[in-house]
Amino acid sequence: MTIKQLSVFLENREGRLDEVLKTLGANDVNIVALSLADTADYGMLRMIVSDPVKGKAVLKEAGITSMLTDVVALRVPHATGSLSKAMHELMAGGVNVEYMYAFANGADASAVLKSDDPVKVVTILRENGFDVWEADEAYHANC
Amino acid sequence: MEWVERYFDKEKECMSRDEMTALQSERLVKQVANVYENVAFYNKKMKELGIEPGDIKGIEDINKLPFTTKEDLRDNYPFGLLAVPKSKVARVQGSSGTTGKLTLASYTQADTELWGECVARCMTMAGLTDEDIIHTCYGYGLFTGGLGIDFGARKLGAMVIPMSSGNTQRQMMCMEDFGATAIACTPSYALYLAESLRDAGLVDKLKIKAGILGAEPWTVEMREQIESILGINCFDIYGLCEILGPGVAMECIHHKGLHIHEDYFYPEILNPATNAACADGETGELVFTTLTKEAMPLIRYRTKDLTSIDHSTCDCRRTLPRISKFKGRTDDMKVIRGVNVFPTQVEAALLSMGGEVAPHYMMIVDRENNMDKLTVMVEVDERYFSDEIRELEGLKNKIAGVLKQALGIAVHVKLVEPKTIARSEGKAKRVIDNRNLS
Repeated sequence: MTIKQLSVFLENREGRLDEVLKTLGANDVNIVALSLADTADYGMLRMIVSDPVKGKAVLKEAGITSMLTDVVALRVPHATGSLSKAMHELMAGGVNVEYMYAFANGADASAVLKSDDPVKVVTILRENGFDVWEADEAYHANC
Repeated sequence: MEWVERYFDKEKECMSRDEMTALQSERLVKQVANVYENVAFYNKKMKELGIEPGDIKGIEDINKLPFTTKEDLRDNYPFGLLAVPKSKVARVQGSSGTTGKLTLASYTQADTELWGECVARCMTMAGLTDEDIIHTCYGYGLFTGGLGIDFGARKLGAMVIPMSSGNTQRQMMCMEDFGATAIACTPSYALYLAESLRDAGLVDKLKIKAGILGAEPWTVEMREQIESILGINCFDIYGLCEILGPGVAMECIHHKGLHIHEDYFYPEILNPATNAACADGETGELVFTTLTKEAMPLIRYRTKDLTSIDHSTCDCRRTLPRISKFKGRTDDMKVIRGVNVFPTQVEAALLSMGGEVAPHYMMIVDRENNMDKLTVMVEVDERYFSDEIRELEGLKNKIAGVLKQALGIAVHVKLVEPKTIARSEGKAKRVIDNRNLS
């Protein structure tokens, strides 16, 4: 029910993002969703990929350090206020959301959530009728 | 304004070479007997070399004497090199050491008088008299800058405005209101201040005529820039706390090197590899022997500064020999905003964080808007890598705090990818200096 996110620390230098994407592409690791956060000195690339373990391994081989983080992918129904409702339940459950990013798949929208307690996030969401992606399903969304 | 050359102690400053050699010889013989008798460190070193005070008959015998290094100071920290009882020590001053401890210097009352005299000579060399008002933005405290200038002004009978560093707006207001005629600070701050004064339209309201600037390396171009903005004469002053503080050497109006007060501090220029004496004009390491200092006399102290010397009489008629602006160091110390910084300090500070960061780092020194900026690149250790920016920023701020504590200056920390800083192969290059100062 939680899924593995592949995160890469990127120094702000020319071509660094390109190197990461090229390495993943060349090794048939498909990117399902991504978010790139930036600061003055560095960026943080967070991705849901088709095979996170392989992704980490091929990046390591290319000299790029990455890590795997447990996150939750929430399927958000296409109805106004549904994300708001999900967030409200998490807040009521005392879970802190560190960051979030969205991706689209067909008719649905989904949101990747990072929190200090991913298992609790899944429980709260399911109890309140929200659909959470299974890992295998998420890694191959849109394929 | 027409330049009038002034001397604080014309007899000493313009002494003939023979008279100076005789004076130095007499003082060296006394000092060697003193340290042999009163400093266990020198007694042991001289015995190891098989020499006795009687073997030193004059300055020509100085090369028989042992060297003293910064490491010796560290090993004998804080008071192991005193030649007088501790009760005779009137004050201490300090600068950064190569590790966490300070390089500490002790002074008797007579030593502080000597200091004042040397700085008063420097101020007179810059054309100042007891009529002048000296605005100093050197820091007061263990750093020798502020108090050194203060002692000099007192000896000269001039008025001192003890501003210390920081708060440029207030500095400008006081310069204008109190009628400062001279300023003492680091050259980079002088340039920053000059530009701020110009931008505020205050230059014409000032009475300032001279700048006594030092504690960091600077170029001739930088001097000319400050001089032209403020319409003043600027002079390079040099010193190190082990020997005295500011006032060991000073430029005169002719800018042909820095005159060393060699009646107190005997200079040698030595080939750093062979320790052989360099001829005039040849570059080598500057080595000082303090001929009259009481509390912590140093014999053949290796400054690690590279320079050359000129013993010919200067156009100002002083015979005090002149050293060239420094051409580098024999170690990797950097002077940043007037503070000595050693890469080993950065390393020790990172290691003190208990494995939270890898001790792989690179220091980059830049000069932006005439102010030095130190950036330390630190690798994000794989074990502590986080995908949360909040965590990384927290780590970055923590490192910056630890480094500021250790170095005494603000540091810009830049996190870089793991394993991207070159690993040491022999002596690793840990510092990139982009200031182009030599």
